[in-house]
Amino acid sequence: MSAASQELMLSIRGVETFYGKIQALRGVDVDVHAGEIVTLIGANGAGKSTLMMTICGSPQARSGKILYRGDDITHLPTHDIMSRSIAQSPEGRRIFSRMTVMENLQMGAILEDPSTFNADLEKVFHLFPRLKERRSQRGGTLSGGEQQMLAIGRALMSRPKLLLLDEPSLGLAPLIVKQIFSAIGELNRTEGLTVFLVEQNAFHALRLAHRGYVMVNGSITMSGTGMELLSREEVRSAYLEGGAH
Amino acid sequence: MATTNQPTSSNRPEGAELESEARRAAMQGVPPFNAEPAKRSRLAQSFREAAITAAIVAGLTLFFFAFRTNIATGGLDLAFRPDLWLIWIAIAFVARFLLSYFVFATESPITGFFKRTKSERSSLPIGKILGIVLLLVALTLPFLLDVFLPRQNRYLLDLAILILTYVMLGWGLNIVVGLAGLLDLGYVAFYAVGAYSFALLSINFDLGFWVCLPMAGLFAALWGIMLGFPVLRLRGDYLAIVTLAFGEIIRVVLLNWYDFTGGPNGLLGIPKPTLFGLEFSRGENGFAEYFGLEYNPIQRFIFLYYIILALALLTNFVTMRMRKLPVGRAWEALREDEIACRALGINTVNVKLTAFATGAMFGGFAGSFFATRQGFISPESFTFIESAIILAIVVLGGLGSQLGVVIASVVMIGGIELLRNLTVLDAVFGAGFDPTQYRMLIFGLAMVAIMVWKPRGLISTRVPSVYYKKKKAIGADLVSQGEGH
Repeated sequence: MSAASQELMLSIRGVETFYGKIQALRGVDVDVHAGEIVTLIGANGAGKSTLMMTICGSPQARSGKILYRGDDITHLPTHDIMSRSIAQSPEGRRIFSRMTVMENLQMGAILEDPSTFNADLEKVFHLFPRLKERRSQRGGTLSGGEQQMLAIGRALMSRPKLLLLDEPSLGLAPLIVKQIFSAIGELNRTEGLTVFLVEQNAFHALRLAHRGYVMVNGSITMSGTGMELLSREEVRSAYLEGGAH
Repeated sequence: MATTNQPTSSNRPEGAELESEARRAAMQGVPPFNAEPAKRSRLAQSFREAAITAAIVAGLTLFFFAFRTNIATGGLDLAFRPDLWLIWIAIAFVARFLLSYFVFATESPITGFFKRTKSERSSLPIGKILGIVLLLVALTLPFLLDVFLPRQNRYLLDLAILILTYVMLGWGLNIVVGLAGLLDLGYVAFYAVGAYSFALLSINFDLGFWVCLPMAGLFAALWGIMLGFPVLRLRGDYLAIVTLAFGEIIRVVLLNWYDFTGGPNGLLGIPKPTLFGLEFSRGENGFAEYFGLEYNPIQRFIFLYYIILALALLTNFVTMRMRKLPVGRAWEALREDEIACRALGINTVNVKLTAFATGAMFGGFAGSFFATRQGFISPESFTFIESAIILAIVVLGGLGSQLGVVIASVVMIGGIELLRNLTVLDAVFGAGFDPTQYRMLIFGLAMVAIMVWKPRGLISTRVPSVYYKKKKAIGADLVSQGEGH
């Protein structure tokens, strides 16, 4: 992929994060270049979501640096980070379940210039036609897959340059996972959107991503292109064939 | 001893299984049939339940109604009042019987209508029509009273002013509790801040109502922010406790800072509001004289009524507009999910503080109105029970519903006042029965009843603030209970 030669979008250097006394991340280095899809795979409790949350500043890294397009965002408050054209679809989707689909999407664009709202809305509806059908329905009444689409759609409404996705396949049927991953791929191809994807579903994630990282116990143990990682024996046995982690 | 080693149901763990196997074999594949327990008839069942209820009431009220200690010469005298006791037992019996017979024991309870959500009922915008009707009635109330009930004119107008004060307080608290989902048990603190800032400003600096009103609102908002800062990290129960304490702290300070607030003696001589400098008094330069009218004290009440009506409508208008602004949307989103809000780049600190400040500001307005209406304030008026009543109005009305607050205020405040005038009850309970003494009991009963039948408040539907083509109400079971997470 030629993407690697492009601008460095997100650069994580030696990040260590603690929950109280417990160390969750042990010196993590991750790079995401503009226009790339980068995935982070790992078992339960490896620290994938912690890295995602550390990028968002909650909790903040105790040491190390996180640079977003050259700016140090390590110690900024969450809302400051998230208003810098970074959008996140958080783990567990966290849509506003008592608000309608429309209101949820509007919440995504709450900090944006309202003049582009309609165009953005059309884009999201084009990507996920199901959301258009369900636009006046309450978020909580959507199916799991639709809720995930809504969470991604809501994130896209803020016109992000970098999209952070935390386990979008969680608890979804294989067919829906495929749909969502193909939508992410489409966004990347047509809009050039940079995506950082945290996944347990290693097979789909590595097939979609340009590059991947494997995390074990808070450290990165392997990295490489998606296809490279897919063919590695350690990855296959640990994450693809139901082996022990 | 071979027989003792035979497996029986008592000495072998698998005994129960064997037993059921044996039973299955005996039935030869016919599934076991358990006779359904004989169902009592609806009437008998209701009678039984009513009798149990009556017995409980009899036991509970034995020492409240059946016996009474009177002060007699040389000590206390024990009076036995079986009639009052029996009346209460009978009331409980009949009430429970009716409830059981018509609601609990039937397939189609008569309360079914209330249970249905708005979206299931007709598509007519009942809420909107009711709102307009109520607004028209409110606007013309002084004249309606003058025409239809001239004898009780002043009393009813006073009551209407009281109800509107609570409507305004309810709407103010609705911003904090209903929209932002921050449970505030100390709302009366802002009411007190508003009242005392107006009273102190007017007494010490000789300022009028209209100058002080915005200042009182600002002071209250400031206190709202001051309360907001320490509680930013708290949610739900913990937030409720801190706000409760805040309400009490303000009251205790007012009570003990004698030099400044007058302590328990309160503040006297708070000026009445004027209409562009015209006082509502008899004689020179009065309102009546200026317009060539005959002086009548009712004019001042009408004026007060329109002030509180305007203030309440302002509160409502601002709330409705804010719901459509990003900040209002952020309040509602905050109620739903704080983490998601932060993930969208919303500064939750500011959002919470604006909710506290806005709610407090309207509390402050209501407080200065209260002070000018009474002409006298003391810490007595700002006890926890006031906070509780305001919160009850918001919860019973349906969190986040503007119309619900109005209905709940009319029912709670108006209903309690109405009890004063029900001389009919004297005939039942004997002379000297004062229904207002039972107001807290009735209050509690009303709450229990509403929470049983309408667990999310009287008006529990939520109208989305954006819609694609058609406004669609969101049914009661889908609306937040305001638990704030």
